[in-house]
Amino acid sequence: MKLFLTIQRDVLKRPLISQVVLETGVLINVERAHIDANEGWVLIDLPEKEETRISSRLTELGVEVKKLENAVLYDEHECVECGACLSICPQEVFSFDADYHLVIKEERCVLCGQCVCACPHQALSIRQ
Amino acid sequence: MTKSIEEINLKIRDGSAVVVTAEEMPDIVSELGEEGALREVDVVTTGTFGAMCSSGAFLNFGHADPPIRMERIWLNNVEAYAGIAAVDAYIGATQESTTEGSTYGGAHVLEDLVSGKQIELRAISKGTDCYPRRTITTELLLEDLNQAVMVNPRNAYQCYNAVINRSDRTLNTYMGMLLSNQGNISYSGAGLLSPLANDPHFNLIGSGVPLFLGGGEGVIVGEGTQSSPSNGFGTVMVSGDLNSMSPDYLRAASFTGYGVSLYVGLGIPLPMLNVEAVRNCAVRDEDLITSIVDYGTPRRDRPVVRTVSYAELKSGQVEIDGEMVRTSSMSSYSRARKVAHELKSLVEAGSFMVALPTRRIDTGKRSHPMRETRQTPRIREIMNAGVTTITEDESVKTAARKLLRGETNHLPVIDAEGKLVGIITTYDVSKSVLLKGESMKVSEIMSKKVVVVSPDEPVDVAAQRLEQYNISALPVVDSDHHVIGILNAVDLGKLFSKRWQP
Ligand code: SF4
Ligand code: SF4
Repeated sequence: MKLFLTIQRDVLKRPLISQVVLETGVLINVERAHIDANEGWVLIDLPEKEETRISSRLTELGVEVKKLENAVLYDEHECVECGACLSICPQEVFSFDADYHLVIKEERCVLCGQCVCACPHQALSIRQ
Repeated sequence: MTKSIEEINLKIRDGSAVVVTAEEMPDIVSELGEEGALREVDVVTTGTFGAMCSSGAFLNFGHADPPIRMERIWLNNVEAYAGIAAVDAYIGATQESTTEGSTYGGAHVLEDLVSGKQIELRAISKGTDCYPRRTITTELLLEDLNQAVMVNPRNAYQCYNAVINRSDRTLNTYMGMLLSNQGNISYSGAGLLSPLANDPHFNLIGSGVPLFLGGGEGVIVGEGTQSSPSNGFGTVMVSGDLNSMSPDYLRAASFTGYGVSLYVGLGIPLPMLNVEAVRNCAVRDEDLITSIVDYGTPRRDRPVVRTVSYAELKSGQVEIDGEMVRTSSMSSYSRARKVAHELKSLVEAGSFMVALPTRRIDTGKRSHPMRETRQTPRIREIMNAGVTTITEDESVKTAARKLLRGETNHLPVIDAEGKLVGIITTYDVSKSVLLKGESMKVSEIMSKKVVVVSPDEPVDVAAQRLEQYNISALPVVDSDHHVIGILNAVDLGKLFSKRWQP
């Protein structure tokens, strides 16, 4: 599962994620990160069962933790099931079932945003 | 054995016609043989649902009071061609809005009309004795129009090239987003369901043949523009009443960085008259071969990377140079199926007849490129050959002097053999002087990644490249990477403004 971490400037300088990994022994995968002058955010992936432990520890350390759910917003009325998004997504979120209907495995999404511009029917957006 | 069109229509009328889709046909032919399938099947329905840029509609608005001869017309701020008498216009699918750019266009106007939405018409005129009015603004629904006739000059391509991008930059094209370094493959077309793939010699498809168009019943006008059946790229011109259509089968699209297009659902019922018709409809995705071309080359004749079957394209990945590359379809296969099935139900229900062409389409035709009487200028003709360069070991101070003397803002940096290794600008020099004084060497401050052009490229390529990289000059290098000139954005700008003067 994925957690979206928002980190304030004053906390940013500390090696938080490494600290949590060392303390808990849980292997965390950093999928994306963005840091600017005032704030930073990091998208991490971790085993489902470790969520509470990691979340509470990160919160203690001053990180705002949000579960990443419904990351890809999908408008089924706009979608025509062309498949333009299939090869664009680095995480293979999109695929076709045997009947060429679109299947979305949104838990894989890393919020790169690439599919949003690739969809010719403006059927995809990313939750802010 | 042969069947006549009258026989088949009689069966359709009394509800006993056997109708199958082009997807079901190959297996039927394998099982029953061609003769057996001919006895069994009366009509094969085809279908495709994809971006068909070459689409649009003629609209008649009726006369206003006082009357106006509308010379320029905008529908929801999308200009429609009005040079046809006083109260008609042709709205083309790819025309973009004057206010919303490529997010709204002619295709959206068509979809809005078909969806029952109100659109705004604005028009202007110079005013004449018989048509005194000069401007008009009004709101209209599809039902307010006297006629709304879709006429698509070029639809239902028999075959379409698949595309890949071997350049090092993501490209935004009408075939969608093409990732750099052959990151993906994009293709279009429904393969074995495609109408023209099931009648490659145009025996059954031609002028006057009824078809399913955008959810309604239309008719094939005849040969499509750019049609080139002799090399497998045939097209048809089609027409239908917008009032009979539905947004399920007519969808506006907007391709990032490219523009607007219209997705059209289109299907043609093919009467099984003889063994040849049956054989043609037995085509499978494995038999339909197209080329994968490299869109990284911005020219008309693009290199073919390899040929590929629709079966491979639909599988989701194709091997290129030993690597599996993922594919994306631009057209919708599930919707193409829906078209073929819908058409099948219509024929089965006796509400869709078949017909033979009243006029055959010339299958020997091959479309040729545009005759150009004036070659686009090449870089060589407009570059500045008296380019000042500097070597990597020289000092920043020398660079500053050269920049001042040469009245230029860019200095290509060369190595001992005269090959291009970097570039420095007035900005780089000023910055380094401010930060570190004049003591540095050129090689320490130059940008090593230089965007270049070659002397034989058309100037338009240079213009596109300057814009993409947001830079103002391009060193011109020969095949050995020697700097032979420089091209400035200012010179290019002058050339383009001259070229476009009416
Ligand atoms: S690209 Fe857009 S319209 Fe096409 S299948 Fe994906 S979400 Fe649907
Ligand atoms: S945002 Fe990126 S990772 Fe998420 S679905 Fe779109 S392309 Fe895939």
